[in-house]
Amino acid sequence: MKYPCRAQLVKGVQVTTAPVRVPDTRIPEWTGFDGLVQLISVDGQRTVGCPYWELVGDVDANQLRDLYRDMAIVRRIDAEAMALQRQGELALWAPLLGQEAAQVGSARALRHDDFVFPSYREHGVVYCLGVDPVQMLRLWRGAGLSGWDPDVHGIATPAIVVGSQPLHATGYALGVTLDGANSAALTYFGDGATSEGDVAEAFGFAASYVVPVVFFCQNNQWAISEPVRLQSHTSIVQRGRGYGIPGIQVDGNDVLAVLAATRLALARASAGEGPTLIEAVTYRMGPHTTSDDPTRYRSAAQDEEWRAKDPLARLSALLHTEGLADEEFDRQVESDASAVSAALRAGCLAMPDPEPADLFDHVYAEPHALLQEERDAYAAYLAEFDEGA
Amino acid sequence: MSTMSLGKALNSGLRRAMEHDPKVVLMGEDIGKLGGVFRVTEGLQRDFGDRRVIDTPLAESGVIGTAVGLAMRGYRPVCEIQFDGFVYPAFDQIVSQVAKLHYRNEGRVTVPLTIRIPFGGGVGAVEHHSESPEAYFAHTAGLRVVTPSNAADGYRMIQQAIASDDPVVFFEPKRRYWEKGEVDDDGALSDVPLERAVVLREGDQVTIAAYGPMVATALHAAHIAEGEGTSVEVIDLRSLSPIDFATLEASVHKTGRLVVAHEASVFGGLGAEIAARISERCFFHLEAPVRRVGGFATPYPASRAEDHFLPDADRILHEVDRCLQP
Repeated sequence: MKYPCRAQLVKGVQVTTAPVRVPDTRIPEWTGFDGLVQLISVDGQRTVGCPYWELVGDVDANQLRDLYRDMAIVRRIDAEAMALQRQGELALWAPLLGQEAAQVGSARALRHDDFVFPSYREHGVVYCLGVDPVQMLRLWRGAGLSGWDPDVHGIATPAIVVGSQPLHATGYALGVTLDGANSAALTYFGDGATSEGDVAEAFGFAASYVVPVVFFCQNNQWAISEPVRLQSHTSIVQRGRGYGIPGIQVDGNDVLAVLAATRLALARASAGEGPTLIEAVTYRMGPHTTSDDPTRYRSAAQDEEWRAKDPLARLSALLHTEGLADEEFDRQVESDASAVSAALRAGCLAMPDPEPADLFDHVYAEPHALLQEERDAYAAYLAEFDEGA
Repeated sequence: MSTMSLGKALNSGLRRAMEHDPKVVLMGEDIGKLGGVFRVTEGLQRDFGDRRVIDTPLAESGVIGTAVGLAMRGYRPVCEIQFDGFVYPAFDQIVSQVAKLHYRNEGRVTVPLTIRIPFGGGVGAVEHHSESPEAYFAHTAGLRVVTPSNAADGYRMIQQAIASDDPVVFFEPKRRYWEKGEVDDDGALSDVPLERAVVLREGDQVTIAAYGPMVATALHAAHIAEGEGTSVEVIDLRSLSPIDFATLEASVHKTGRLVVAHEASVFGGLGAEIAARISERCFFHLEAPVRRVGGFATPYPASRAEDHFLPDADRILHEVDRCLQP
């Protein structure tokens, strides 16, 4: 243990508003650890010696079971949405299968006043932030362009333009600094997005202004058909270092390790230490979206290799091995997930289509003459049909 | 009342907006100690500090993208793009994010962002420093696009743009930065709405509609025409999205003839939209087709040839003559 105040940090991350002093911005030197952070092995054993254990020292059996329940429900939401798309009820769906630990682990590290800027695959994060899963589907069903109030849930509407949102998180974090607050912004993006100029600009701005932002990259190995090696010849986590942004590479299928890494990054942010880049190494088990066909570009062998690292299976193994879960627990989780899934389906089918007049709403916050003219003209046009009938 | 240049009027307007609302922050390249390459932000960092007048790294998309995040945190950012030709790296953030976020969030998020862009030619600059990209932005739903033509409007309109809850792309006619005018800087803010066009000179034979840097040229043309016995009305559009068609229509009802002048290339420019709408709405009042005068379908040329590209009073009068003798 290199720094005496590490315990203080561990205590600090559990308190939302307490300022936390982080001893060193150079994470590997602080933790004495520069490898892939893993707390639960692929076969469900607790790893020994990783200093990140201290960051999750408070996670008891109940919390472990809750993390498992979250992941199981999120997986079921994802499966139900896939089915709804195949049945023609959704225009598109971007499945998260395989990334449950990366999303639940990071989302459960958030404090109540943090704010998230997600991409389009973060259904697990959205779920953890208390959004009704039905509302997640509005965008994908074409019933609306968003599903929730960002201010109520602390999460922005998903960014479909790849890599556009880390700049928003950086600006939001700059606002946090200007406000003198000690919350943080956290933004999710994928390995493909790291090639976008906006992500590079976000790294530059965030490092220069030392703002409280966490860059959370889910490296799921594939950007549609393009493997991560096409995006980068170094590991993703190394890409922050040229900007002076410390990085943590974490096993993205290990929910506890992700929780620990994200807590550390958020604590650094709140302590005024600036941005952190987290690379959660995971795998997109499904297609990019329901329009994709991964059999054209990747091998079944790779899928098999990653199936063995399944994030739910490994936590389940740990819970059962350590006697923290039994068959009754499994049945209850299954029942909870089924209930969420049934409500999701019913809510989706009941979702109304937008009215013609709705499409003119909220283009501008203040009155706009041209738009009003078009709205009136179109309403009059539609009214002619009513009169004819 | 004070006499000041357009550049100074904008500076005074920014200062007043910052005094009025502590959430107004300025962002851009070289806007701090230098005061901007045109000195529009001169003295503001000294007086308001570097947390409200923020020098940014050289990345236009980064400037706009971070301003979006600041706006979502409750700030009212005013971004400076250094020159017209350098706005394109920020185009995605402006078109996909700034313009659409209010709509994409079904009204739950507002983006009260002002994007200041010095635009237009006539200053003998090297390439990429003289462009008129306003049509790209006027074509984008969700943005308001305005441009002052004189110091008085510069002072008022920049404050109105900042106070607007909608994103405003604010084009500043760079070759008019040094032109002086009377500015009412001690009274209440103008009650002329930001989107209203104004008749700057009355006439009854031909209407010239212009905006930004071409307004002074149009007024000059009207002055020459008067000497030749032709009565020309000059309208300063001020707002390019929305466009105040009511003011244009009223004028065309009177004159029956319309010439639209802008520096931007005529093809696909705002003159095309105005010509189409006025033809639809005022067809039986028109004595001649609506005519347009503007840049050619070329990139902006080398500066020693720019006088051929930019419409001057003679080229505007040439179109006025064609309206009168169709």
